Amino acid sequence: MNPAVPPLAPPAPLVKRHRLSTRLWHWLNAAVMVILFMSGLGIFNAHTRLYWGQYGANFDHAWLVLDRFPGWITLPGHYSLAMSRHWHLTFAPVFAFALLVYMLWSLSNRHFRRDLAFRRDELSPRHIWRDIIDHARLRFPKGQAALRYNILQKAAYNGVLFLALPALILSGLAMSPGMNAAWPWLIDIFGGRQSARSVHFIACWAVVAFFFVHILMVLLAGPVNEIRSMITGRYRVPPE
Amino acid sequence: MSGPLILSRRTLIGSMAATMLTGCDRLAEHENVQRILFSAENFHRWAQRSLMDRNALAREFSASDISPIFRANGTANPNTDAYKAIWRTDFADWRLKVTGMVGRPLSLSLAQLHALPHREQITRHDCVEGWSAIGKWRGVPLRTILDAARLSTRAKYLVFRCADTMGSGHPYYESIDMIDAFHPQTILAFALNGKPLSVANGAPLRLRVERQLGYKQAKYLMAIEAVDSLYGIGRGKGGYWEDYAGYDWYAGI
Repeated sequence: MNPAVPPLAPPAPLVKRHRLSTRLWHWLNAAVMVILFMSGLGIFNAHTRLYWGQYGANFDHAWLVLDRFPGWITLPGHYSLAMSRHWHLTFAPVFAFALLVYMLWSLSNRHFRRDLAFRRDELSPRHIWRDIIDHARLRFPKGQAALRYNILQKAAYNGVLFLALPALILSGLAMSPGMNAAWPWLIDIFGGRQSARSVHFIACWAVVAFFFVHILMVLLAGPVNEIRSMITGRYRVPPE
Repeated sequence: MSGPLILSRRTLIGSMAATMLTGCDRLAEHENVQRILFSAENFHRWAQRSLMDRNALAREFSASDISPIFRANGTANPNTDAYKAIWRTDFADWRLKVTGMVGRPLSLSLAQLHALPHREQITRHDCVEGWSAIGKWRGVPLRTILDAARLSTRAKYLVFRCADTMGSGHPYYESIDMIDAFHPQTILAFALNGKPLSVANGAPLRLRVERQLGYKQAKYLMAIEAVDSLYGIGRGKGGYWEDYAGYDWYAGI
């Protein structure tokens, strides 16, 4: 042994990081979202054109025209509008009600207020700019600071939680002719059924973009520690 | 990042997706999984019907909202000898039969239908594939016909028999329950955008059930049969696409 090496510091303590509600929802949501994404692309393949407004079919102007998505990314792996719809419409309510329960739970255990609400001092341009620089340099917070979400992280989580996911649910419901009769106001939020279909598609890819950034950040911040904290709730505080 | 790493990650994600996909596809072959996947329809029907008034109307649009071209889908022309024969005489020999659990079976000509009170509605047609078209329909409220035929109170469904046989040689048919049958916007339409129905859009008569998707809007109507069960009709699922492609019977979503 080299006597010049200083004695190892005791391992940093494991602290409780994520609540049960967050962990349960995270993993249920991860599975359900994959099913919804892949079956959604299967449904999209039945008509690969997107429009704005109340109506839109082959003779009308489309703002986006794509080829069919390949079988490896759709559910089922072959073209079956009926089966894609069965998967999608079975898991869409699971997704929507899980989000609702998670939101109510997170309100009552003060997760939203403590961890996700923006604090005034965080919103100063200088603070935001510093956080952007830190991210660009891949400089992650250490010590107690690592236990709090930073401003960009909060913005990403809040954007997905309160914008993209509700937009997915509402635009999905707005495409239903039955719901149009039940809740006529729903379709007016989007300005028509074809607009709702376009918003559904855009929000879907916004969540996919979030997913990739999220995975990247987990990998950069230390995947074992991060994933453990989302499974057991325990997180090893990175030493200062 | 180096090329091979990207490639290997893409391969990794691809193979993960493929594994999951095969897993899901395998799962979907299981009878119980299939039962769960196919029963979501019941939840959606229950939820929607709980949320909406029985007579809640589908949105009606103004003339300026009408699609320039109303896309036709499914059968463009039944092309059977029987259909060609009625088409040649401009549907003068066509009759709509109303049979089954009714007190007074009917056989109605197009002229008789024209003579009944009409309803006109500009509504959006939503295809299960995802596209929509807005058109102005004119026709006879189905309720009028059912009252005239003295529909039995024991009847639970109306089955609509059509003149077109799909590629497989099976005749098209559809069915609705009494909630939709007596809905004020449920009409037997003989005109689209001020003109008699074209062959592509279902001449001489098609069903409009405005709170459901396009495949419920049966074209080329020949007969309406009142029944108390869908069992024994076709393959028993209540419609051509339901029987042969696994579509939901309740097409409100």
